[in-house]
Parts: sequence; C-alpha cells; structure tokens
Amino acid sequence: MAELNSKTPKGPLSSKWTQYKDHQNLVNPSNKRKLDIIIVGTGLAGSAAAASLGEMGFNVKIFCYQDSPRRAHSIAAQGGINAAKNYPNDGDSIYRLFYDTIKGGDYRAREANVYRLAEVSNNIIDQCVAQGVPFAREYGGSLENRSFGGAQVSRTFFARGQTGQQLLLGSYGALSRQIKLGTVKLYDRHEMMDVVIVDGKARGIIARDLITGKLERHFGHAVVVATGGYGNVFYLSTNAMGSNTSAIWQIFKKGAYFANPCFTQIHPTCIPVHGDYQSKLTLMSESLRNDGRIWVPKKKADAEAHRNGKLKANDIPEDDRDYFLERRYPAFGNLVPRDVASRAAKERCDAGFGVGPTGLAVFLDFRESIGRLGKHVIEERYGNLFQMYEKIVDENPYVNPMMIYPAVHYTMGGTWVDYELQTTVTGLFAAGEANFSDHGANRLGASALMQGLADGYFVLPYTIQNYLAGEIRVARMSTDKAEFADAEKAVQTRLDKLMSIKGTRSVDHFHKELGKIMWENVGMGRTEAGLKKAIDLIRKLRAEFWKDVKIPGTLYEVNTELEKANRVADFLELGELLAFDALNRNESCGGHFREEYQTDEGECKRNDEDYKYVAAWEYKGEGDFILHKEPLVYEEIEVKQRVYK
Amino acid sequence: MKLTLKIWRQKDAKSAGKFVTYALDNISPNCSFLEMLDILNEQLIEKNDDPVVFDHDCREGICGMCSLYINGRPHGPDDAVTACQLHMRKFHDGDTIVIEPWRARPFPVIRDLMVDRSAFDKIIQEGGYVSVNTGGAAEANNILVGKENSELAMDAAACIGCGACVAACKNGSAMLFVSAKVSQFALLPQGQVEAKQRVKKMVRMMDELGFGNCTNTYACEAECPKLISRSNIARMNREFLCAKVS
Ligand SMILES: Cc1cc2nc3c(=O)[nH]c(=O)nc-3n(C[C@H](O)[C@H](O)[C@H](O)COP(=O)(O)OP(=O)(O)OC[C@H]3O[C@@H](n4cnc5c(N)ncnc54)[C@H](O)[C@@H]3O)c2cc1C
Ligand code: SF4
Ligand code: FES
Repeated sequence: MAELNSKTPKGPLSSKWTQYKDHQNLVNPSNKRKLDIIIVGTGLAGSAAAASLGEMGFNVKIFCYQDSPRRAHSIAAQGGINAAKNYPNDGDSIYRLFYDTIKGGDYRAREANVYRLAEVSNNIIDQCVAQGVPFAREYGGSLENRSFGGAQVSRTFFARGQTGQQLLLGSYGALSRQIKLGTVKLYDRHEMMDVVIVDGKARGIIARDLITGKLERHFGHAVVVATGGYGNVFYLSTNAMGSNTSAIWQIFKKGAYFANPCFTQIHPTCIPVHGDYQSKLTLMSESLRNDGRIWVPKKKADAEAHRNGKLKANDIPEDDRDYFLERRYPAFGNLVPRDVASRAAKERCDAGFGVGPTGLAVFLDFRESIGRLGKHVIEERYGNLFQMYEKIVDENPYVNPMMIYPAVHYTMGGTWVDYELQTTVTGLFAAGEANFSDHGANRLGASALMQGLADGYFVLPYTIQNYLAGEIRVARMSTDKAEFADAEKAVQTRLDKLMSIKGTRSVDHFHKELGKIMWENVGMGRTEAGLKKAIDLIRKLRAEFWKDVKIPGTLYEVNTELEKANRVADFLELGELLAFDALNRNESCGGHFREEYQTDEGECKRNDEDYKYVAAWEYKGEGDFILHKEPLVYEEIEVKQRVYK
Repeated sequence: MKLTLKIWRQKDAKSAGKFVTYALDNISPNCSFLEMLDILNEQLIEKNDDPVVFDHDCREGICGMCSLYINGRPHGPDDAVTACQLHMRKFHDGDTIVIEPWRARPFPVIRDLMVDRSAFDKIIQEGGYVSVNTGGAAEANNILVGKENSELAMDAAACIGCGACVAACKNGSAMLFVSAKVSQFALLPQGQVEAKQRVKKMVRMMDELGFGNCTNTYACEAECPKLISRSNIARMNREFLCAKVS
C-alpha cells in the first residue's frame, strides 16, 4: 500500500496557489496551436475549461452525450453559487469560506485545494457577470445574496431558481464562441467508451457516435474527464437520466484511482417517491430552507391520521408541531448541512412521525414566512420551484406545506486527482463532480457550481499547461497506432458481448434492482452486515445481468437500450466498490453514516486516528480493489467535532 | 387509465415514417408522460419490438431535451410545462393520444420522435454571448444593473432551447428563441458593445438555416414552456432595424 503524493505546493496556505502559478511551466503561443486537448463533458467544468483553453490557443475537442452542450446536467442546479465577496458585510472572507467548506466536509478534504477554491470563488462571480449572467440584483443594481446550509453568512449568488442554467448558458456561450472561431470542435451525441494510453500517458479516447453507432478514435496530447457524478448508481436520484459513471469507471480500469466512492450525498429536500414506475426524483432547492420551516407532528396519532388522509397539515395546531431541526440544532436551525438534515428527517420517519401516504415524508412549511413577507415575496424568490412542486404533486404549496424526503443527489467521491487535477494516469485529468477533490465527506450547498467553474475557468487551464509544456515535442499521433486499435477492439468486444446476450430482462429491470440494493444497504444508514449483504447481492445481480439482459436492435443505429445497458454494466461494478469503501471506513463522517459509529445523540462519530485519509482505490480486476491512502494533514485548521447546535 | 397511443415511428432520417397504434392499460394518473412511455417501451422490449426513441434527460423541465408533439401541441395539453413535466392526470381514461416529433425543416427527424436541433447551436455560435475571455473581468459590482432590467433579462434568459416555438409555428420560425437571447443581452450593459453585430449575425444565420418568417401569429408564445414573451420579438425587431440603419 503506497502513500499517494498530492503534489501540494510548499509554503503558507494562502500563498500556495500564487506560488504555483508564479513558478509553473507555460506553453508559448506558437506551441499551443500544436497541442490537442480532449475534454469529455460540457457541464460547467468541461465547457468552462474548453472555452478557456480554446481562448488561449490550444486545439480542443469536446464531447457530450446529449444533443447540445447546453443540456449537461449542470443546467438543473437551482439554488446558487457561493463566493467570498462579503457584499452583505456580514463578516465573510476567503478564509471563512474555506473554513466552512472544510468543516462542512467533516474534515475529509484536502486543505490546499479547498483554500484555492475559496480564493478563486470571487473571480468566478466577476467572470460570470462580465458574460452577462443575469444574477439577482438589489434595487440599487448591485448583486444580491441569500443563505445556504452550513454557513452563518449570506454568500450565495443566484439567478432565481435557475442558477445552474444561467451559469451553464454563460459557459456554453463562451464555448460556442470558440467553436465559431474554430479553436474548439464539438462532438455532441457522442459517448466516451474508453481512454487510450500510449507509453504510460493518456493520448486519446474511443468514442461512440450515438446516431450511427460507429466507434471513433480521437487523439489528444492530454485528456480531461468532466463527466459529472455517479448518483444514478442508486437508480432513483436527482441526476439526469443519462448521468453515468462510465467515463470515470473506464479510466479507473486503466489505472486512475477512484477516491472515496462511499461519500455520497443524500439531499434532505426532494419530492418523495410515489410509485414503482418512477424514473427520477426532483429536488426542491436547499434555498427553500431560508424561508421554509421543517416539521413533523409531535403526536404519533396526528402523523398516522395524516398518513391515512384523515387530517390535514394545516389543522395541526402550532403547539403540536415538532420543528425538529430548530429543536436539535438551535444555532443553525433549518440551515444545518444536508447530511445532518437528511438523517434527522429519516430519524423522525423511522420513529413513526413521518407523514404523507407512505409515511416517508416531512413538512416544509412556508406559512410563517408568507405571513411575514407576503406571498409575492415568496413567489419572487421561489416561484419556479413552487410551480414545479405543484405540477408533480398536484397540490398548492402556497396553501399546504410541501412534503419532502431525502434523496440521492450528489457524489463527493470520484476520480482521485492531485493538486493539479491530474489523475494517477499521466496526462489524464478530472474536473468538476467527476473528481473527488474539494468536498470531503459532505458537500455544502452552492459549492458544486463553484467547484465546477473554479476547475474549468481558473485551475485546469493553468495546471494542464504545466504538463503540456513537457509535451511540445510530441507530434500528433496517428490513430492507426496499435494502442488505439487495441482499445477500439476491446470496446467492440464488450458491445458485441452485450448485444449477443439476448436474455429475457430489460436493462431497467437490472438498474432498478441495483438501486434497491444500494438504497437499502448503502444509503443513509450503513452497517457492516448490510454492506456485506449488498456486495453479495450486487455480485449476483451482475452475473445475472451478463447472462440475461435483453437489448433489442443492433449496434449500428440509434439504440438507447444499448446506451443504457453499457452504463448499467458499469454501475453494477461501481456499486460493489462503493459498498467496499463504506465497509472499509469504520467511522461515520459527513454523508457516510455507519450505524455502529454514532454518538449517544445519534450524530456522526468520526475516527480521526484511523481514518483521516482519502481512500483511493486501484483496480486489479473485477471485484478486486487495492486501497491506497492519502493522509490528510491539517496545518491551518484545527480538526474538531462538527457542531451545529 | 386505459390509453390508445398513436406514435410516429421512423427508422432513421432516410426512411419514411408512419403512425403505429399501441394500447396501454393500468397507467397511474400520477405517472409522468415520459414514465408512461417508459412503461410502453418495457412492454415493447418484452415483445421483442424496438422501443420508441425519444429525447429526454433531466426530466424536470430545464435541459430542453424532451421534444414531443402531443395531440397537436408541442409539450402537450398543459400550459407552461415541458413534456417531461406533464402528468397523466391531464388526460382521461380511454383517451387516444397522438405523439409526433417536432416537425420543421431545420429539425430533421433522426429516429421516431428524436430530431436534430443543432441548428439552434449554430445560431448561438453566431453571437449568443458576450465576447469576453476568461480572466481579467472587472469587479462584479462595478457593473450595476437596475432590478427591472435584470428581471426582464432573466425572463428572456429562461429559454431552454427546446424548439417548441419552432414546432408550434406554421412557418417554422425561430424568432422567439433568437429574440430571447438577443433580448437578454439588449437589456444588460454587458451586451451593448456587440449589440448590432449580434442581432445581424444571429438573424442571418437563422435565415440561412431555413427557419421561416414570423407572421405574428404567436403560436410560439402560446406553446413556450418557459413563457418567453412575444415582446422579445418586438425588441429584437427594433434592435435589428437599428443595426441595419446605422
Ligand atoms: C437537481 C440538482 C440541483 C443542484 N443544485 C445545485 C446548486 O444549487 N448549487 C450547487 O453548487 N450545486 C448544485 N448541484 C450540483 C451541481 O449542479 C453539479 O455537481 C455540477 O453542475 C456538475 O457539473 P459538471 O460539469 O461536473 O458535470 P455535468 O454538468 O453533470 O456534466 C457532465 C457532462 O459530461 C457528459 N458526459 C457524461 N458521461 C459521458 C460519457 N460517458 N461520454 C461523453 N460525455 C459524457 C455529459 O454529456 C455532460 O456534458 C445540483 C445538482 C442537481 C442534480
Ligand atoms: S423560446 Fe420557449 S419554446 Fe422556444 S426554445 Fe425557448 S423555451 Fe423552447
Ligand atoms: S427532459 Fe429535460 S426538459 Fe424535459
């Protein structure tokens, strides 16, 4: 078991990034034209990186599986993006944003990366405003802020309930400009199938054209994977239907370590599950917790009456309501971090106080704030979310409180990267949600958009040059090379195999089964026995999949079932690693809650002595993973128990 | 619920298409429209038929990927929603539902209900942005934007690029889509420097790609899932005239 080198620069925390940039290698303009960079993913991380690198003069090829770069799942982010501007004058600073993010992550993130993130957060806002992103404004014309969980300051910038959309359209605009200028070439409706490695360095990818079904070979001096999160391993999540782990799973198999796979985020405020035909879950933004109060009935009888449809929420008197977050965490109240809020909701429901037809829901109530601020203010702040809720649930949330329940939302784990965002494969980089870097064991709200854009605009375009400066003498390679041919052949073999099974069960059947195993055993409460059971069940399900999956159609046409099958095959392997990692981590921290390790009050019991490290897994073969540790050293921050009381 | 579905099936861009009728039973009114199609597809796979191909991804009305023409209306009978946000409770037991792809010359069918909308990307590439490189942006609060204009800009920027406006228009005009982007920047100080070039180039590309003319019937506005207002079209026309005379 080797220790991993994060290549964190020396020197005081606050000057590491400046120092790095002052001393890194750069590529001169005439050489930039000779260097090709492949970027997979057009979300915030991918599109921002492609646009910035194109502007610098590199040749970029960018890939996405949707029909347009603008449809990457970043588009769905609702609530906002953090920055340390301190516009409200409430005492915010780079240090405080850094501190909150480390603490929010339950002391499982790398100090230097998080500090850099906080440092560039302000540049992101400047950049986006220059692009014409229509952030919310005060009457005087300056930018407005709101609060998010895990912070006592107001530092979240937003564009109504569509912040991700507006940020992505900003970076999509910048990307489109480069496409027009010819520095970036776009490959939409293309899926990355594998990475190509030549002499130990990433030199290209194999992609499948999703319209013709043909495999293509693409060369790059460097490859960047920015393919988003793997939450769909749980089947039901707030992710898009096509969100997948395939790109980061294939690079894992080629030597890029996978870090902290068990750090998954369950978001407290989602619309509850209502039927087994359901295909996805819808988030109700965390920003709602600014004005909404979360509660369940104090009396079990009331909860039961509500479940049976005999009692309405509004008929439960104030004194009979248990605002359990305000009760348990008076200092942060409804704005505790997500992991804390989710577990508290689950605890109440498990104890018999859950509401709604299934009993798996709690109330999110706006009555008080509507009384205080007026309906129009609530409408201006959250109108589109209220509309979304009403369309799905068929109930008016201005009148009746919303019902919400936790759901899988985000994955903190991902490809292991060093300070330069380089993976353990030379020349292969990972950015955005696809990497593991900045959120430790729990991500605070409004910090994924920040990280995606930090990686894409301000970090990767620098750090990748430090690598590429050494590659200027490497001529463009022909994709006839054996390494490309072999990689393509391996992909072809796998696809042929999938098509030849001709079994009896649909892809969705297997995905749903996997989802059930994951949610029940590797979800909000994990135990040693449950995790072992999950590993066993996943292995069996995987074997069954490869014997019995049914994929209609052929390889060389639009074949959406084949696309899904290819992704589910990878989830069936990832699920096992996730459980493996959760089993290894004998502690509770952030989103990883092992029931054996909790305080008397049911809070996470971390074990810093034994587990203050990043668990980076190396692939050795199917179901065979080796653990490498990156110890986490805190020089600036005192590691404490996380308290939000 | 019991339903009869008449769905446009077309093998690929070159083949001719036709309607095929399917019967479906036991659909919950709480099911979304796309989940209803999932159920149909499960049954087709069961019977060794090819599932119906349709575009979708976020399933929450924001990515703009879903694009179904349902009973003669883009995104179906409900107002201000996308097809993925439409629920079966908007239909009745025993209904016949006709499902087609977007039909417009610049959006050729790829397969079944899936069309090629890359024409929209090409229009944006002409100028749907502020030309500013990464780095070197000024302090954000140096640019002040009045609340009213910023709200109007946001209204316009809410467009999801779905193409329902084009599908709704008898001329296949893309005016609502293009004007939404032009308006966003026309309303903001950041957009002023390139305003004239932007509108000219985007309109020229729109014409080149074969989108039709606007004859002021405003079916686009009526069908837009994001309630993009026709006033954006008027604003773009002003911008365009201004750009041409100067
Ligand atoms: C509903 C929702 C709300 C959210 N709200 C917030 C919020 O308010 N604030 C916040 O900070 N964060 C929020 N998040 C989290 C945040 O939106 C995401 O973490 C972030 O946008 C991810 O960006 P990304 O660029 O890493 O990936 P994505 O935007 O997911 O992009 C992935 C890209 O990779 C491509 N891709 C994937 N796989 C392949 C493949 N195999 N081959 C080719 N291309 C591929 C896709 O086509 C896509 O272009 C939210 C997330 C969700 C789901
Ligand atoms: S203007 Fe409306 S209908 Fe047209 S693309 Fe935009 S959101 Fe869709
Ligand atoms: S699937 Fe994204 S808008 Fe309908």
